[in-house]
Amino acid sequence: MEFGNSGSLSEDGIHLDMDRLKKGEVNLGTSIMAVTFKDGVILGADSRTTTGAYIANRVTDKLTQVHDTIWCCRSGSAADTQAVADIVQYQLGLFHMMNGKLPTTQTAAAIFQEVCYANKDRLSAGLIIAGWDERHGGQVYSIPLGGSLHKQSYAIGGSGSTYIYGYCDANWKEGMEEADAVNFVKESLKEAIRWDGSSGGVIRMVVLTAKGADRHLYLPDTDYKVRHQ
Amino acid sequence: MTSIGTGYDLANSIFSPDGRNFQVEYAMKAVENGGTSIGIRCKEGVVLAVEKVITSKLLKHGANKRIATVDRHLGVVYSGMVPDGRHFVERARDEARDWRDAFKTPISTADLAKRMGGYMQAYTLYQSVRPFGITAIVGGYDSELESPVDGEVGSGPSCGAGGKVAGKKHGGPFLYMIEPSGLYWGYYGAATGKGRQAAKAELEKLDLSGDENGLTLEQAVKEAARIIHVAHDDNKDKEFELEMSWISGHDGPTKGLHQEVPKALREEAERLAKKILEGEEDEEEEKDKMEE
Repeated sequence: MEFGNSGSLSEDGIHLDMDRLKKGEVNLGTSIMAVTFKDGVILGADSRTTTGAYIANRVTDKLTQVHDTIWCCRSGSAADTQAVADIVQYQLGLFHMMNGKLPTTQTAAAIFQEVCYANKDRLSAGLIIAGWDERHGGQVYSIPLGGSLHKQSYAIGGSGSTYIYGYCDANWKEGMEEADAVNFVKESLKEAIRWDGSSGGVIRMVVLTAKGADRHLYLPDTDYKVRHQ
Repeated sequence: MTSIGTGYDLANSIFSPDGRNFQVEYAMKAVENGGTSIGIRCKEGVVLAVEKVITSKLLKHGANKRIATVDRHLGVVYSGMVPDGRHFVERARDEARDWRDAFKTPISTADLAKRMGGYMQAYTLYQSVRPFGITAIVGGYDSELESPVDGEVGSGPSCGAGGKVAGKKHGGPFLYMIEPSGLYWGYYGAATGKGRQAAKAELEKLDLSGDENGLTLEQAVKEAARIIHVAHDDNKDKEFELEMSWISGHDGPTKGLHQEVPKALREEAERLAKKILEGEEDEEEEKDKMEE
């Protein structure tokens, strides 16, 4: 296996692979987040995908649907997170058919965690699961690198998130109106994109409520002010 | 059964010309000879009860339990061949465990009944096996609370979740009965075994609708004890022991768990049952006298 040059060689010659990506592997150097609000939950992400310094895709969709109103934000290896999301999408579809009822966000989070934990040595995937269901409303679960599972009111992830911990802590409020929550996500991601070199491009969002999934798109051309699509 | 002895009753997976599977019907005969089991679903929970026939004076009282716990919130009682019932319970526990492993949440009573129904049905299909000689009654209370994900770090925030649909009921008490054919239905009250006819007649008189005026859990325990006594024929049957379990919601006496009915309550229920029965006998005797 060929490694990138970001790793270091220890004294006994063992290669320490710092970012665990193979040379040339596509990385989602990312800013992702999901927040609960009054009527449900909102997922948001930037759109930059990189292989090293090269931007492989500037309009990536990192918000992936795994069921009607259960989605996830992907960060880490593009290949790994796509594969994991595919597995969970299949499992939730099966759950829906076999049990004749909709899977809950919790069900999705549990399956995501199982896959991430069981394969923790082989995956680089940082995921945020967000979904809406009748019984529990909007919910957010975070599954960071080791495969642990954390239920949160809101979650941020990816390399860009480190720049906005303070901003989010200061500005997140319980039970926001939809417009305010959209604005909170947008402003947070704008900051993350501004400071993080590996984040950029457009801002994508998905609003999950009783009405279903609603997509938002904001372009840098208009300073993320206008909602497109 | 005129077709008996024509060879169509020798194996599973062979239908008789008139569309019957005799092996399954024979399995039902095995059930009909077993001690009576009943289940009652009321607004506050589920009660399971069984008439445990004493086959030997050397058996220790209160030992050799017949009602099994499958998961924290699930109980099973059965009539018929006890070893078959034990295997059924073992499988049910496996199913409950598998569900928890996969989805990090307790299996619902309906889902367990569905899986066990499928399991019993599979034993009617193949030459190499015989159907289960039991009819099982599955009772459970599906929590109406939001259950934490097993293995989750902490219980998660109580704030944040918005957009819940108000006024919808989730969870509650459930009762299912599964027959040797694999057939299963959900019931308000279920009875199987030797005294099932008498027991069903008694169950039908109860208000098990689950609304305001419906039976309370404690009343259901007392009714269960009475019905097992009614279904028992003192003249023909051997002596028996009464075993009862119950499951309430999280705010009830068992806190959502399947548990044996406490000794004090069981003895009280049995005392009342005997008193009522003796009263009825007295009445009958009086009637007889008046007719003389």
